[in-house]
Amino acid sequence: MRLYLSEGSTQGLKVLAAAGASGARVRLERVPPDGHVVPFLTHPRVPALHLDSGTVLFSPNAICQYFFLLAGEEPNDLTNQWLEWEATELQPAVSTALYCHLVQGKKGGEVLGAIRKTLTYIDQSLTSKATPYLAGEAESVADIVLWATLFPVLRDESCLPDELQALRSWFQTMNLSEPCRSAAVSVLTPKGAQAFKVYLQKQPGPTLHWEKPAANEPEEEELAERSLSEEEIAAAAEAWARGPATLPERWQPPSPVLPVEGRRNVLITSALPYVNNVPHLGNIIGCVLSADVFARYCRLRNWNTLYVCGTDEYGTATETKALEEGLTPQQICDKYNAIHVQIYRWFDISFDYFGRTTTTHQTTIAQDIFQRLLACNMLLTDTVDQLRCERCQRFLADRFVEGTCPFCNYEEARGDQCDKCGKLINAVELKKPQCKVCKDSPVVKSSQHLFLNLPQLEERLEKWLEQSWATGNWTANSRFITRSWIRDGLKPRCITRDLKWGTPVPLDGFRDKVFYVWFDAPIGYLSITANYTDQWERWWKNPQQVQLYNFMAKDNVPFHSVIFPCTLLGAEDNYTLVNHLVATEYLNYEDGKFSKSRGVGVFGDMAQDTGIPADIWRFYLLFLRPEGQDSAFSWTDLMLKNNSELLNNLGNFVNRAGMFVCKFFGGRVPPMELGADDKRLLAHVTLELRQYNQLLEKIRIRDALRCILSISRYGNQYIQVNEPWKRIKGHDADRTRAGTVTGVAVNIAALISVMLQPYMPGISATIQRQLCVPQACNVLTDTFLCLLPPGHQIGTVTPLFQKLENEQIEALRKQFGGGQPEDSTLELQVQAARVASADVTPPGPGGGAVLAGDPQKVKELAEEVSKQADHVRQLKASKAEKGQIDGEVAKLLELKKQLALAEGKTPELPAPKGKRK
Amino acid sequence: MAAAAGPGPEELILLEKLLGLKKGNKYGALEERKIPVLQTNNGPSLTGLTTIATHLVKQAKKEQLLGSTAEEKAIVQQWLEYRVTQIAGHSNEEDIRIILKDLNLYLEDKVYLARNNLTLADILMYYGLHHIIAELTVQEKEKYLNVSRWFNHIQHYPGIRQHLSNIVFMKNRLYTNPH
Repeated sequence: MRLYLSEGSTQGLKVLAAAGASGARVRLERVPPDGHVVPFLTHPRVPALHLDSGTVLFSPNAICQYFFLLAGEEPNDLTNQWLEWEATELQPAVSTALYCHLVQGKKGGEVLGAIRKTLTYIDQSLTSKATPYLAGEAESVADIVLWATLFPVLRDESCLPDELQALRSWFQTMNLSEPCRSAAVSVLTPKGAQAFKVYLQKQPGPTLHWEKPAANEPEEEELAERSLSEEEIAAAAEAWARGPATLPERWQPPSPVLPVEGRRNVLITSALPYVNNVPHLGNIIGCVLSADVFARYCRLRNWNTLYVCGTDEYGTATETKALEEGLTPQQICDKYNAIHVQIYRWFDISFDYFGRTTTTHQTTIAQDIFQRLLACNMLLTDTVDQLRCERCQRFLADRFVEGTCPFCNYEEARGDQCDKCGKLINAVELKKPQCKVCKDSPVVKSSQHLFLNLPQLEERLEKWLEQSWATGNWTANSRFITRSWIRDGLKPRCITRDLKWGTPVPLDGFRDKVFYVWFDAPIGYLSITANYTDQWERWWKNPQQVQLYNFMAKDNVPFHSVIFPCTLLGAEDNYTLVNHLVATEYLNYEDGKFSKSRGVGVFGDMAQDTGIPADIWRFYLLFLRPEGQDSAFSWTDLMLKNNSELLNNLGNFVNRAGMFVCKFFGGRVPPMELGADDKRLLAHVTLELRQYNQLLEKIRIRDALRCILSISRYGNQYIQVNEPWKRIKGHDADRTRAGTVTGVAVNIAALISVMLQPYMPGISATIQRQLCVPQACNVLTDTFLCLLPPGHQIGTVTPLFQKLENEQIEALRKQFGGGQPEDSTLELQVQAARVASADVTPPGPGGGAVLAGDPQKVKELAEEVSKQADHVRQLKASKAEKGQIDGEVAKLLELKKQLALAEGKTPELPAPKGKRK
Repeated sequence: MAAAAGPGPEELILLEKLLGLKKGNKYGALEERKIPVLQTNNGPSLTGLTTIATHLVKQAKKEQLLGSTAEEKAIVQQWLEYRVTQIAGHSNEEDIRIILKDLNLYLEDKVYLARNNLTLADILMYYGLHHIIAELTVQEKEKYLNVSRWFNHIQHYPGIRQHLSNIVFMKNRLYTNPH
């Protein structure tokens, strides 16, 4: 092991003496006092001991202790106590004394005065125990450590007052001991205590002197800044100066939006949500919201953009749902379509058109594509074994049958696909099939069906895919899923079904059948566009001019990358095929899945009942968009993101920037004289803006959101460093500076309002209203321009965001299900329960307790529980006495128990957290 | 929210519980700095947080919490000293920043403060840092990622946290920029 020492280090004496006393073998390395020998510490610490294992000890007492341990001397209570006392009491006192003496040149009595109290303490300890050494009859690590600390001030016992007899005697003994003497000689000669002076001068003053160390290290809080070149800085400053006049004219969507030659024509679709259910947050982020951000972004880039979507209404699921609710399929569709429309309106989804698949256009277009496939000889006829329920008198296609998955043995697999392993299933392959309506076991019967001849289309598909992948943005998962489909070999795929609710098959012999929903549904994109404009073919039969973006969750990939393209390729009518396939992974809820049946998770229609604004939902969902991997919704995280990122970061910055303009400059943007720092900031913001553009062009929505937050962090830092609120009270130069900083900051806020528009359209509009940002500024380029020139009048500035409180979030978590939060009150409750259980009679069954299942009673009890819980919280908040709290907690638990019984559950006490036994 | 562990006696009471010791020790506090004092039934009183804590660990026969080898014992000792000298009450913002920065660097490749086992150093450091960590912003928690990881680990260690508030750390990184 190597011991690093530096000349004049007061602590060096300690470790040298300890090494000598314990016989530890060390190699000495001399380093300068500021030698950096402890890699993980900011301030240099010498002495330090490097062990052969790589461990570095930097505490002199621990080093001494270690030497003694090696010699077989274990620490005990007394040595520990001395060492702790030395570190916390004696050392600061001695440092002060030495500092007075050596650095400030004070003498004698004053110096001793600083350590008088500690000296007396040692003397009394020695006297009362009547032992020669601090920790008993023999010398220990404590003696070495204390002696070494005292030696530089005392030198010899002669300066000790007579009344400290025991201390004098002990100190004399130590001074004479061999290890101490040789350590003293090696450290001190020949300059005596002066040897410490240089060292001490380099150290921050001891506890008495609280001045800040002069050399502050550069703040590391700053954003990890990419180094900027002079050119970048100059270019940013130059662009800024050009002002809003250089902005391209803002694109105003015509009605209808149609492709224009020579322009970038962007057609965006979101997977059509199935009509029979209310979408949950995972559905929303997977399709409509992601597509909405991109559509809004495209419009800001002046691209000719059309965003369509609608409800997918045909198919067995609708029929099943209609049976469940006792309505006709059409009534079900009308009902749920309205719900979808309302939810997306609340989420501020900017569809150019939101339609549905049960329209005459759908029938016309689907039948046309079918006829073309037929004419091109792309269809096959085959007899299919199908499950038929004799009791219900119908073929049990797809979702009318459930059973065990033949691949993964999941017990609730549907007739067309397994929700667990995601594989597509042929209903007859299901193990233990059951009719979903009557639960009877179906029988296998034969029926004639039409098939799309996928094997014949495989070659064309691959050729097209190769080209689309080379030029378009396909997410990694979409490529992977597609590749695995093709690798397994394509098989003919059935496109008809024995059902009523669907697009009729226009072919003799099949007229009592309809198209399979997966043949039919993607055609909905075309028919919905046709309902939007009769010139729909300019979008859908125009691959030369149109870039098609499909947004979906990953389970929809094969239908969009294989089956639908094959349909369109086979129909040979110059259809627009997908150029960019954007698939998300799954969003989980807390630690599990969203489940409508178990009432777990937040569904689209409930989000608005939470009182949390739509833009906050949008922000949070986009912030954790499952891009590249699954992510999980968490209430706590939602609260944290809102409070930290929106309230403290973004909201705080925009609000301050605006407030300074109002308060200090009468609501008018002040003149700005840009210095080097300001120009650097412009360059940093420009870099973030470019990064944002690059990411969004690749549809990396989540990552691009980070760029906005980074810009507002730059802004906050800029304000913090320049302190305009102080400078405004200063001299002319300071006031000018305050004006520049305020002006630049409010312009950054204006830029943020534009960049934020795709994510939080409402908040963006609010910022623009407050700052009076002209509508013409809603264009995104790669440059950051001064959008609000000096003299620009802004409006009234108010806070943008509200803090989300813990109680509110806990209440929502309870309301929407999900994992029990690990709550700090839980253990208290357990303890209280143990105390309380002695005097509370458990209201077991028949014990006179409430009747299970009485809804009125349940409601009353639930109210009482929540009232009592509030009461307990208040007591805790007001730091009431523990006894009182315990009593009230016991009452609460008792109420909860009764409630559980009333609900017909077995009351469960949370298992006590395992204490280490 | 539960109050932070105060300096001295309260912290030792938490430790007592954690160690499964019977109540009965009486603690006093010395001067305004509240240096804890343990009045033992037989023998002299003990003074000082880490001294008493070490004593309690031995009393509970859980010596492994003090380290098994000489080296581990020295490391534990070192961090206990660090705990009482650096993280005692008077830390100003700058001190705290340096403490967190240093600990963060130290914990970069470590699960516990001393080698591969939980020791008294982790426990007392956790109690001592609790009020500091509780005040950190999300960004700071992320900046001191290794401290956060270590702290979160210790607070979930059975029996340690007790009534202290559970501090939430986020699973997903907020910022893509390296700090």
